[in-house]
Amino acid sequence: MSATTADLAIHAEGLVKRFGETTALDGVDLEVPRGTVLGVLGPNGAGKTTAVRILSTLLGADAGHATVGGYDVQSQAHQVRQLIGLTGQYAAVDEALTGAENLLLIGRLLGLERSAAKRRAQDLLSDFDLVDAGHRAAGTYSGGMRRRLDLAASLVGRPRILYLDEPTTGLDPRARNDLWDIIRGLVADDVTVLLTTQYLEEADELAGQIVVIDHGRVIARGTPDELKAMTGTRTLAVRPENHTHVPTVRVVVAELASVEPDVNGQLVTAPITDSAILPLVVRRLDDAGVTVTELNLRTSSLDEVFLSLTGKPAEPDRGHDTNQAERIPA
Amino acid sequence: MSTMTATTQRQPDQASGTTPLSSRVGPIEGTKQSLTLAWRSVIQIRHSPTDLADFSVQPIMFVLLFTFMFGGAIMGDWQTYLTFMLPGMIVMNMLFVTMYVGQGLNSDLTKGVFDRFRSLPIARWAPLAGRILAEQVKQIWSIILVLGVGMILGFRLQNGALGLLAAVGLLLFFALAFSWVGVLVGILAKDPERVQIYGMTVLFPVTFMSNVFVPLESLPSWLEPVVDANPVSTMADAVRGLMMDGAESGPILQTLLWGVVFAAVFAPLAVRAFRRRI
Repeated sequence: MSATTADLAIHAEGLVKRFGETTALDGVDLEVPRGTVLGVLGPNGAGKTTAVRILSTLLGADAGHATVGGYDVQSQAHQVRQLIGLTGQYAAVDEALTGAENLLLIGRLLGLERSAAKRRAQDLLSDFDLVDAGHRAAGTYSGGMRRRLDLAASLVGRPRILYLDEPTTGLDPRARNDLWDIIRGLVADDVTVLLTTQYLEEADELAGQIVVIDHGRVIARGTPDELKAMTGTRTLAVRPENHTHVPTVRVVVAELASVEPDVNGQLVTAPITDSAILPLVVRRLDDAGVTVTELNLRTSSLDEVFLSLTGKPAEPDRGHDTNQAERIPA
Repeated sequence: MSTMTATTQRQPDQASGTTPLSSRVGPIEGTKQSLTLAWRSVIQIRHSPTDLADFSVQPIMFVLLFTFMFGGAIMGDWQTYLTFMLPGMIVMNMLFVTMYVGQGLNSDLTKGVFDRFRSLPIARWAPLAGRILAEQVKQIWSIILVLGVGMILGFRLQNGALGLLAAVGLLLFFALAFSWVGVLVGILAKDPERVQIYGMTVLFPVTFMSNVFVPLESLPSWLEPVVDANPVSTMADAVRGLMMDGAESGPILQTLLWGVVFAAVFAPLAVRAFRRRI
């Protein structure tokens, strides 16, 4: 966190935004060094979209201030818009236009000559595996194709800073993985990414730094590993070679971890707080003549972290697009 | 890549500070952007010509219904009525079509297309201006449509091509000004369907309480001044004059004035509502 302001692509301090009685953002600080990915993680209504809308000049903050690429989002909004690309949580493409026309439109608006805009559109269509669909109305696209087109539309002007507001909400796992690969490719090209998501797995996969937001406040920040370490619990997993040894393993683990372990087939797991018991487990199993094929101590999943930070589980429902309420307050 | 950097102001390496980004959009770029966005709306029509057909049904039906159902009752025979009513029908239809501005705008707002535009380095007014400009294509189409159906039934222009051109110009001028009402409704309505409902709720009584369908003399005396003061009546008079029995400067000037008044009142209201909504 020793990055100087000049190295920061996005720098927000004390952002506050109220909608009537509701406080959507209650003093949020964000720092995103150039060329990195920040994951903003939080449940529905946490304020993620509001933060993105402020940082992309769509909405003014009530207090606090933010710079993007060194430009103030409020007083130098036009400069900021020249640096950013925005992909909303629902695909903001014109459904009546074809994929190619959507991209051509953005290119022309950005001041490209007609031929250059057409070339750019074609390049992006092939980058995003949409060449065949390029001449069909976007309204006929599948969810995954629409997101890809939406992302392509935000890249027409080659932005250096990209906002991805819940880019995979409602996508099936395959389409989601495709999109993740594309995002990784962009990061490899040194694009700075601010990614909001309710999926812990997504933040873990893509982001170098994660900020956890709940009720408009940052409740935790750090690398995925740091966040996992924050909760202190780890999971001990033991798999004996022979299934007849499962009861023995269970007894040993129960005694050392002081909790009743989970048994799943041949795998015995238990949460532990003191990693010093690992050698003890090895010794006791050896004494009992148990050989193991797997024995490890892994950090908690981000889901467990989220639960311990917010006191409620992360959104279990993947396919459900419920963020309308957050997007349009009032 | 060279074309990219030459034609856009986007520079990859902003931190080096070598190329300062522009701080505003000039009026020429803004106009170009509005035209690009208007082009988008025209493409939309081209892709779904059935929309145009849908929106053509009502005007045709109105011309036929009024001519044959009410023509005889109001003026003795439908031929006379057609000549009297058709210019006013064009005015009424023009007002209805302005609501499509609101519908398109509302759809862009609710679907998030507007957010994309607003995140681009383009003139703030371009998306709105583009919408309003594009709707003028629908206006011209609907004028041709109503006039065409009327002429098939026997309506004849009596004031030459110049009169017709002047009438179309006046209609488009008023349509542009009145579009701000459509914009306001489009911003305030929750979804595109409601734009049409709200629009019709206001426009139906206003257009029917005019001299479009009935001669002023047939009204009860207390209603006469109200109907006479209705800008729709003024406009119908102006268009009748330009198309038929010779232009009168009074109704034309009044129509221009009404246009200015509508724009002056509703443009600021619409822009304010727009700022609130987004």
